[in-house]
Amino acid sequence: MNTTTEASGGQAADRRQFVAKLLGSLPDALVVTGLGSSSYDVFAAGDRDRNYYLWGAMGGATSLGLGLALAQPDKSVVVVTGDGEQLMGIGSLATIAAKQPRNLTIVVLDNGHFGETGMQRSHTSLGTDLVAVAKGFGIPNSFAVESIERCGEVADHAAARKQLTFVRVSIEANEPPRALPPRDGAFVKNRFRAALGFASF
Amino acid sequence: MDHTPAGTPGWQQDIFKVLKEGNVRQIAYVPDAGHSHVIRSAIADPEIEDIVLTTEEEGVAVVSGAWLGGQRAVLLMQSSGVGNCVNMFSLLSSANFPFFTLVTMRGEYADFNPWQGPMGRATQGALELMGITVLRASDPSQVEEIVRAGFDAAFEAGERVAVLLGQNLIGRKKWERK
Repeated sequence: MNTTTEASGGQAADRRQFVAKLLGSLPDALVVTGLGSSSYDVFAAGDRDRNYYLWGAMGGATSLGLGLALAQPDKSVVVVTGDGEQLMGIGSLATIAAKQPRNLTIVVLDNGHFGETGMQRSHTSLGTDLVAVAKGFGIPNSFAVESIERCGEVADHAAARKQLTFVRVSIEANEPPRALPPRDGAFVKNRFRAALGFASF
Repeated sequence: MDHTPAGTPGWQQDIFKVLKEGNVRQIAYVPDAGHSHVIRSAIADPEIEDIVLTTEEEGVAVVSGAWLGGQRAVLLMQSSGVGNCVNMFSLLSSANFPFFTLVTMRGEYADFNPWQGPMGRATQGALELMGITVLRASDPSQVEEIVRAGFDAAFEAGERVAVLLGQNLIGRKKWERK
């Protein structure tokens, strides 16, 4: 069975390796994760106070990243999410495009499947091209990468904070070992704020 | 510069005053006539980011992200939008985010459109089911005080608060185009 996405022509990156390399190049970035495997990937790359992990709120990762990016314009904000999570909040790309936050980079790990629920095919296996969607919504700097070799390019865009960036990363549709970040949302929120010098409220 | 057109209701001006004095830095919204002054003022204010949403649940996440980044943000919507937000509200209680939203009501007062009725009648219940405290302002002279009370509960006490703005404040919608 070919479990990589059709659009990638079969080539795909290892999700854990890609995320670890990306975040390793961006030690000061503020990171938001979509629920499910993307959260596990980011946690597996090393827990950090500046990570905010979602365990629910499906479709909300990029919108949360928008509010954060507008509040912290001098810091790189990176959203790491999956194709299913992004599809549920797809309109948020229009909302983000209307603001063009230069410090926001959206990284969608696309395996064309809903990984958490039994690997059912998602829309990106059935015809949706997320890069075309993002461009259509008004994010010109949208592109696809199919291997870890271009990870540095993604990191450079995030670090530069010069333009809103959307990246679709073709990943293998496998399930790496579980690596579960903290589920206490209030703890993670307060830890994140403390890292930026803010009180709990 | 004053961007207030003649005829803007005083209660709408009062709302923006509360938000501005409260150092709100982001205003996310799906538009409504009752929010028009606040939206216009946000767009005109260089210290406030105005964020037009495609659907209201985006705004729940946007204002939470703003709070993570150290800013106060509020969400403006109609009562119909509350229904769109229900699962996203779990973000607020799962992480104890402060939350403040202003909701203009539909389907409760001389509404011409019966399609507004079902969600209008369920708005308060839906908010309360998801753990959000509901206040209501129906008298123009009380809007400022009630909005201020809800705002302070959200950002001084860290609570989740919605203020419903009664449809009678906005009055009857004119359906005939002249």
